[in-house]
Amino acid sequence: MTELDDLDRSLLAALRGDCTQAIGALARELGVSQPVAWRRVKRLYDLGVIKARRVYLDHDKLGFGVTVFLGIKLASKGRVSLEDFERAVKAIPEVQMVEHVLGLYDYRLRVVARDISDFERILRRRVMTLPGVGDVEANVLLSEERRPGPLDQSTGVYTKVDRAIPLGAG
Amino acid sequence: MYIIKFMLNDLDRRILRHLQLDPGRSVAALAEAANTTSAVCARRLARMKQNGVVLGQEAVIDWRVLGYAVEVSLRVSLDKTQTRAFDDFITAARLVPEVIEIQTFLGRVDVRLSVIARDMIHYQHLYRTRILTLPHIADIEALMQVALIKSEEVLPI
Repeated sequence: MTELDDLDRSLLAALRGDCTQAIGALARELGVSQPVAWRRVKRLYDLGVIKARRVYLDHDKLGFGVTVFLGIKLASKGRVSLEDFERAVKAIPEVQMVEHVLGLYDYRLRVVARDISDFERILRRRVMTLPGVGDVEANVLLSEERRPGPLDQSTGVYTKVDRAIPLGAG
Repeated sequence: MYIIKFMLNDLDRRILRHLQLDPGRSVAALAEAANTTSAVCARRLARMKQNGVVLGQEAVIDWRVLGYAVEVSLRVSLDKTQTRAFDDFITAARLVPEVIEIQTFLGRVDVRLSVIARDMIHYQHLYRTRILTLPHIADIEALMQVALIKSEEVLPI
């Protein structure tokens, strides 16, 4: 496990908000030298604390008005391998996220569609035809908010309220 | 029913496609991948940021590396006889640092929270002291993440 100090946490919180900002400006803001900030940021990437960079797009403006979360229960565990299901579900372009879970369902899927009829097409033609699919539950996403997480706990350096990303309702 | 206010051309779409696949790359590398010049690419990107097509570029934190081994999806049904159920619940959930995602839904589930914890003991503690104490919960159901199979959140533009 990786231990972070206050400077790491402040940098992480800043990059979590915007990873394109200049490290030099960030260093000035935090009152450290540029090489120190550079080294720390590089370390966050090297250690895998920052696992990826992600671009957030306005789904509505790009014509994707509907996001649906599906809970999927496999009908015939054992007869169909999990690998077969996973391989097939990963290949569907509209499926953005697949999570293997324990509980009421076996998998959680995040699906984007242009509208409800487009979603119906994806559900019928692509999801319901996956190997081993049993019970499917659908919930339409109305709003989504990503929170900063437990970064500010020990220091209180980062308490900025995260912005909410409105989705759906096109 | 829906008027597309932001006409994106093929070049914009190409830039977004490549940007989604690797948001970390430089404008020069992005321009090369999208088969255009750096100046044009930067201008297009700035325009898409300005009109809100590109909302932001953010670093994604791997909480497991920071010692948060447990991630649980809590599916909550709210007591809808309370008119302020959604607002009260969400306002209170925002105060729990271990809640990293809040989503609202139309369907059987009203709100979903992603909660991270260091281990099961920590999770149990959070669940009892911070989650079950949130207002207007009618029913709550947990799905524990075993593995993330795909996580791209790439739009098929």
